[in-house]
Amino acid sequence: MTHPDNNSDHMDSQTGKLGMWIFLFTELFLFGGLFLVYAVFRANYSEDFHKAARELNAFIGTLNTVFLLVSSMTVAMSLTAIQKKQKNLALFLVLTTLFLAALFMLNKYFEWSHKFHFKLYPGSEVLKNLPRGELLFFGLYFMMTGLHALHVLVGMVLLSINIVKIQTRRITSQNYLLLENSALYWHLVDLIWIFLFPLLYLIT
Amino acid sequence: MSNSESGTQLSYLQHPGKYKGILSWLLTTDHKRIALLYFYCVIVFFFIAAILGLLMRVELFAPGQTIMGPQTYNGLFTIHGIIMIFVIVIPALPAIFGNFFLPIMLGARDVAFPRLNLFSFYLYLTGAILGVLSQFAGDGPPDTGWTFYVPYSAQSSTNVIFALTAAFVLGFSSILTGLNFIVTIHRLRAPGMGWFKMPLFPWAIYATGWIQVLATPIIGITLLMVIAERVLHIGFFDPALGGDPVLFQHLFWIYSHPAVYIMILPAMGIVTEIFPTFSQKPVFGYTAILISSLAIAFVGYFVWGHHMFTAGISYGSRWFFSFLTFLVAVPSAIKVFNWVSTMYGGSIDLKPPLLYAISFIFLFMIGGFTGITLGAVAADVHVHDTAFVVAHFHYIIFGGMGFATFAGIHYWYPKMFGKMYNNRIANIAWGINFAGFNLLYFPQFIIGIQGMPRRYFDYLPQFQTGQIISTIGGFILFTGLVLMVYNFVRSIKHGAIAPSNPWGGVTLEWQIPSPPPHENFDTIPEIKHPPYFFGNNSNTKNE
Amino acid sequence: MDHEEVHVSSYASLAKVLVALLILTTISVLATGWHLGPITAAVALVIASIKVGTVITYFMHMKFESLFLKLLVTGVFFIFALVIIITFIDYLLR
Repeated sequence: MTHPDNNSDHMDSQTGKLGMWIFLFTELFLFGGLFLVYAVFRANYSEDFHKAARELNAFIGTLNTVFLLVSSMTVAMSLTAIQKKQKNLALFLVLTTLFLAALFMLNKYFEWSHKFHFKLYPGSEVLKNLPRGELLFFGLYFMMTGLHALHVLVGMVLLSINIVKIQTRRITSQNYLLLENSALYWHLVDLIWIFLFPLLYLIT
Repeated sequence: MSNSESGTQLSYLQHPGKYKGILSWLLTTDHKRIALLYFYCVIVFFFIAAILGLLMRVELFAPGQTIMGPQTYNGLFTIHGIIMIFVIVIPALPAIFGNFFLPIMLGARDVAFPRLNLFSFYLYLTGAILGVLSQFAGDGPPDTGWTFYVPYSAQSSTNVIFALTAAFVLGFSSILTGLNFIVTIHRLRAPGMGWFKMPLFPWAIYATGWIQVLATPIIGITLLMVIAERVLHIGFFDPALGGDPVLFQHLFWIYSHPAVYIMILPAMGIVTEIFPTFSQKPVFGYTAILISSLAIAFVGYFVWGHHMFTAGISYGSRWFFSFLTFLVAVPSAIKVFNWVSTMYGGSIDLKPPLLYAISFIFLFMIGGFTGITLGAVAADVHVHDTAFVVAHFHYIIFGGMGFATFAGIHYWYPKMFGKMYNNRIANIAWGINFAGFNLLYFPQFIIGIQGMPRRYFDYLPQFQTGQIISTIGGFILFTGLVLMVYNFVRSIKHGAIAPSNPWGGVTLEWQIPSPPPHENFDTIPEIKHPPYFFGNNSNTKNE
Repeated sequence: MDHEEVHVSSYASLAKVLVALLILTTISVLATGWHLGPITAAVALVIASIKVGTVITYFMHMKFESLFLKLLVTGVFFIFALVIIITFIDYLLR
């Protein structure tokens, strides 16, 4: 097993990657707690969950899923581009990823505004009058998509940093750990949505 | 391998880095300095929390109000618990001894991510300060207990959100530290140090790191859910909104039980280093201890329901958790046999580290056996939420992890500070600590079985004798602790200069100067021997 | 800096993975129209798991990573699944 001398100037990529994967595990368990709560209440209130899910727009949800899946591909491709020394293509791909992320957030904004308009948010009078399972469904919906959206925002910041660093040639075919790790983070954002989508939107 | 005794090389305490003065400490990325930053914070917060505990003991000296009213008492046991658990016993051993000695024992110059290490420290400090601020801001100190059970934590008008946020930030610090150590162990071991040539303290830190990384996020999200409950009335834990308060307890203990293994595994790792050194023979059963550490981390992940036997969980659940709780005790017992066997036939040198390590075994076993009592469902129904539980966990955490920490400080103090402390004062302090500790906590087993509830400000007169003895013990213990710390502080200036290997240890930290130089090693060593090789005088004590 | 052999995923292979993911998404959306009764949740989760596995294997490059990392990721999911299952020992048997 290679033991690079611990010269922190030039982070060994295997070390950095292992660190990132472990960080992803922590994110998995963070969302995992919410999935556990979902599982418990879905089991207890399956009828209410089915009814409440009908308030969600499956079309927008599917569109968001497509956005994230494509963005996962584009960010993975950007790594290929950097490895092949295709700087401009890499830039284009990361920008596309960022753009798709922005579309996702725009959709989210419309979805949430729509719910707020109908007073469907935690603590509202409307929710208080719903059957308990439906109330809990909306609580889970907001908390899970909210926490996810926060992670999308963080991902967008990371992608932006990468764009600057690719442009200024601080990320190159020999030195692309930041892009690789940011891509891993972005894929995690996608993974979480892959689970959220059917659990929230497709249980009608 | 260097052994520059003559002080031609500057130690890490004097090394001129990028910054000068106080900034060279506040902006350091040297794992040894970061360890000391944690060390000083832990000592300060420990004494704050200990004094809070002592105030509780004064209140409990007599039934009824003694020096404070019930609301104050509830606030006291809450903040005592929050500081002790989240600011002291979970972070301390990895952050202090893991930081200082993990890289050295692996033959590395630093951890994998030194700047992340400093960030972890500032997260820790922020969380600790937030915890303290919860006492003073707006609506009064939190009174929910450190366990934040719903529904009360969702309804209490006190500064619960401050405390929840503090715990969240501290958890994040713990996660990043664990991540750093896991990667360090995977990637930075010296040439020749295969996994099974690694000493057992690094193995303990490794197992601990996985718990830090995989369990802590769950409390993170749970604390967020309680905040959502308070602020948004999200309903997960509120029966009126369809939620389940017991679900909170599941989520809370899914982290908080593995958390106790974060506390005890490094402690066991420390004593596992002390026994071979002071017996001058290799650890008995290296592989058994290694596998036991991993087994404790793994099985310990699935026993959380033993905190919930009386909460209304299903019969099947109670059966399952009780069974696994008994199972998880086995690897700990294996370690006890291994430690004792390490000493058997050895050349015993009863210096303060060994004294604390031996008393660790005794106190840990009392805590362990009473844990088995609590793990048996029928017995637990009787003693749940009584002083029996309080005694149990103090024996494990304080008698176990605490005494192991004291052992570790006495063991590694010469290496960290380059001075020897006074053995006589250390031994006297040990005696006072040991006597005071047992006087403080043993009576609580007895009154607990007799029915004295925990977290109660008032009690029936029949419990008073036990409470009085306990309070006296508390003051004795506090005196011992002060004496012990006085010895350390005084010896910084007045202690004899420490050689590089005062105890005859054989792990890598004893092959470099005391205190170590900034980069630990002149040249990275190449490992040829097994980790506890007491062979050809390579370990000569130089006193 | 390591100069080991680094596998570079081709654009074509990544595009093919996306197509597979979009097909799986379509199936899972259509499946809501089928009346599957009690196994609805299971079907949705199985399809989601296949998608997750695909993203991890190809987009996240796991196929070309070390055996250790593969075992690690599997182990982590396994532990999480156990936590959910054990919690349900309470909820299902109350």
